[in-house]
Amino acid sequence: MNRLRAPHLLALVFGIAFLYLPILVLVLYSFNASRLVTVWGGFSTRWYAALLQNQALLDAAWLSLKVALVSASLATILGLLSALALGRFGRFAGRTLFAGMIAAPLVMPEVITGLALLLLFVGLDAERGFWTVTIAHVTLTACFATIVIQARLVMLDRSLEEAAQDLGATPLRVFFAITLPMIAPAILAGWLLAFTLSLDDLVLASFTSGPGSTTLPMRIYSSVRLGVTPEINAASTLLIALVATVVVLASLLIKRDALART
Amino acid sequence: MARKSLGNIRRSFAPWADPAAIPQVRFESVTKRFGDITAVSDLTLSLYPGEFHALLGPSGCGKTTLMRMLAGFETPDSGRILLDGQDLAGIPPHLRPTNMMFQSYALFPHMSVFDNIAFGLRQQGLAREAVAARVAEMLTLVKLEGFAGRRPDQLSGGQKQRVALARALARRPKVLLLDEPLGALDKKLREETQYELMDLQAELGLTFLMVTHDQDEAMAMADRISVMERGRIAQVGAPEEIYEMPANRYVAEFVGDINIFEGMVISVEGEIIRIDSAAGLLVLDDPAPGLATGEKASLALRPEKIDILTAEPEGPGNKAAGEIWDIGYLGDFTMVQVKLDGEAGQLVKVALPNRSRKTETPIAWDDRVWLSWDVEAGILLRG
Amino acid sequence: METGTKARFSPGRGWPAPRWLVVALPYAWLLAFFLLPFLIVLRIALSDTARALPPYAPHWTGWAEAWNFLQALDLESFATLVGDSLYLDAYLSSLRIAATATLIALLIAFPLAYAMASAPRRWQPALLILVILPFWTSFLIRVYAWMAILRPEGVLDALLRGLGLIDEPLGLMNTETAVLIGMVYSYLPFMVLPIYTSLERLDRSLLEAAADLGATPLRRFVSIVIPLARPGIYAGCFLVFVPAIGEFVIPDLLGGPETLMIGKVLWTEFFSNRDWPLASAVAILLLLILAVPLLAYQRFARKEAA
Repeated sequence: MNRLRAPHLLALVFGIAFLYLPILVLVLYSFNASRLVTVWGGFSTRWYAALLQNQALLDAAWLSLKVALVSASLATILGLLSALALGRFGRFAGRTLFAGMIAAPLVMPEVITGLALLLLFVGLDAERGFWTVTIAHVTLTACFATIVIQARLVMLDRSLEEAAQDLGATPLRVFFAITLPMIAPAILAGWLLAFTLSLDDLVLASFTSGPGSTTLPMRIYSSVRLGVTPEINAASTLLIALVATVVVLASLLIKRDALART
Repeated sequence: MARKSLGNIRRSFAPWADPAAIPQVRFESVTKRFGDITAVSDLTLSLYPGEFHALLGPSGCGKTTLMRMLAGFETPDSGRILLDGQDLAGIPPHLRPTNMMFQSYALFPHMSVFDNIAFGLRQQGLAREAVAARVAEMLTLVKLEGFAGRRPDQLSGGQKQRVALARALARRPKVLLLDEPLGALDKKLREETQYELMDLQAELGLTFLMVTHDQDEAMAMADRISVMERGRIAQVGAPEEIYEMPANRYVAEFVGDINIFEGMVISVEGEIIRIDSAAGLLVLDDPAPGLATGEKASLALRPEKIDILTAEPEGPGNKAAGEIWDIGYLGDFTMVQVKLDGEAGQLVKVALPNRSRKTETPIAWDDRVWLSWDVEAGILLRG
Repeated sequence: METGTKARFSPGRGWPAPRWLVVALPYAWLLAFFLLPFLIVLRIALSDTARALPPYAPHWTGWAEAWNFLQALDLESFATLVGDSLYLDAYLSSLRIAATATLIALLIAFPLAYAMASAPRRWQPALLILVILPFWTSFLIRVYAWMAILRPEGVLDALLRGLGLIDEPLGLMNTETAVLIGMVYSYLPFMVLPIYTSLERLDRSLLEAAADLGATPLRRFVSIVIPLARPGIYAGCFLVFVPAIGEFVIPDLLGGPETLMIGKVLWTEFFSNRDWPLASAVAILLLLILAVPLLAYQRFARKEAA
């Protein structure tokens, strides 16, 4: 298994190509001067310029960004608390229900979660908009953040915390001096996951947003339902570039952090 | 002059001493590199039918690589490996008539003990009844009757070791390869298993090649030991040869405890050699052809060959004065460190056997004592 | 100083005063925004359809009147679900499409994961990032990317026509095939990662031992690799199959009128037909269906752990 054999290489090339070619096509055609999707009309950035004129799309992007920032931060806090509750608090009353509620959104179809939350908001007579979408996103993404942070917490060598306690640190001090720094990469990863999931979500937002609070995926969805448009290609390219940059930067950061620790 | 036998064993099995004997396995000038590292370097070694051979050395000395080349998991960069006269080059592991007991045992976790042992037999296309019969035979051999239905994770360490052994033996290999076979067992179990393995080898008459870093294990089990150092063989020989006649300082220091007195040869009269060292004038009786006066040489001395006396000994032989520096009571013997008088103040290890439960002349820290040893006790190391 | 601070906080190995908040905060959140909404869905699934806004009756007026709701329960919506073959067909076709997509994803993912696990160690982190990265980029955009490829006179048609392989457009867009492609593509990382993890963990000495005992490369693959990768295979299938059943975006954008999927039916009932009780009933029944693979997987995982 030391060398890469031909069938393995073939599987790798085919698999990676399958994953990336569609995205590549999309990016490529965002620079197409022609409006027609199949005709290459030369290189142009006109669709990016058009994007800047599209106030509705810009508003939607700004709203999505705000929702993602707020909901990811709240979700990470809840995720950290949940991970600690599940990983460090032993048994407590209602732990099984709690663990079940953490795991459920991972397998729950979004249409159901969205429907349920909408019915709650209607029942509470809450005005739908920024906060209802944010609450929906926090509920979904906090579970993902919990899983990511808990996985790191489980891997953490308990004897490090015990050593700190043995050396006289209080539990709170142990948490801030030992536990938190050790799981920081996972917290960052959890935040990023929550952020991108929120930025990406169409279904929950469609159910829980109100008039005048259209998120970017909702805007994109309503235009692409009618067909392929180069303007959306440009918007998608920007979004992909943003997310790819953040993820790659974060993984480098985490790697460097891990290297510095060893 | 007829020399006395080494150690206290008289061996009858010694095909390597017979020029007419045909080796079963032959490594011929085998070299293996991993990148810049030469794991095995131009190594030649013969194993004889029925021999229990141990490759002994520290980790990274190339012993495991040498064995894995015989199994077929690594390919030599140059040289040949012959088994019963057949060149093994190009034969993949699954077609070689050798079987290996892995250090981790490598028991298939998703198969029962029965299926693990039967695995190799099924690859041969053996009939169902024949497989069952052979597995039963193997289970009896390793004393695990009644364990056929267990899964590996339901077994103790010692039981896993036996299953791994049974699995490797089931195909009746020409050579059984053992990679640190006792490494994962605790001390008590290790000794028991050691003798069981030896009995098994004698019973089956198979050639065993064992890799180990544990000298006690190698000494106790093997007919011959190859002490390896950085891809080469430092010395091959029976355990008592390795212990009593180490070829060089590396072997002397790797196998067992030893004291080394460095010095210079001041006279050679037949086999009587005198060396001037920091511990005084030392005499030893050891053949050393071509040794000349003025050469650098050392006298190596095993701790159990030294006596501790409270008064200066009379007569010929070696002696040195010092004081007790440290005492370690180990049960079967007591390891004493004596600091010799003089500027160098060399520490000498002495093993005192505890023959009786009580002694009339106990020693204590800081006691003044004399060390004494036979002229035949020391080993001459040149250079 | 250390002993001083030790005395200041609560004694023992527990946390200081706000300890209970660590559990209570997320617990309360999940109760309010996860469990409670489901009880409401269940409640509404059992109520009458009404054209008022919100389109269900009786109206929710307060916690104190909960008892009134219970008295007004009826199973009308569930009767509709069972009576109208549209819904049954939608459930069945969702299961069929999800199962097919899972199988195709497995066939593509296994060789990929195997090749990744067999690659030189130092390449593996990079390969892993390559496989995970598309998962981080927008799901909606990845589905949309296939619209440009599959549509009539789209990229695929143009390419194949350019190569002289076809004369007519393939007409893949708005078909079940397009839905399958979209699902396999979107969920592939979920299949690759667990399989890769179980293959990467596979002890190489087991393969060597099998070779040493006379097993050919094919035999080693069938007897050792596949059985030991089983946890990863099951996890991957679960992670693809379950979300695929309730999928909405993919059948909506890539599927045609004849591709019936339950997620889409729910969406239509809710947004277009505004029949909230029926939509709720669809959701409840979908949850019951999802419980089957969930329980099956849990049983497998528990058996694996034991």
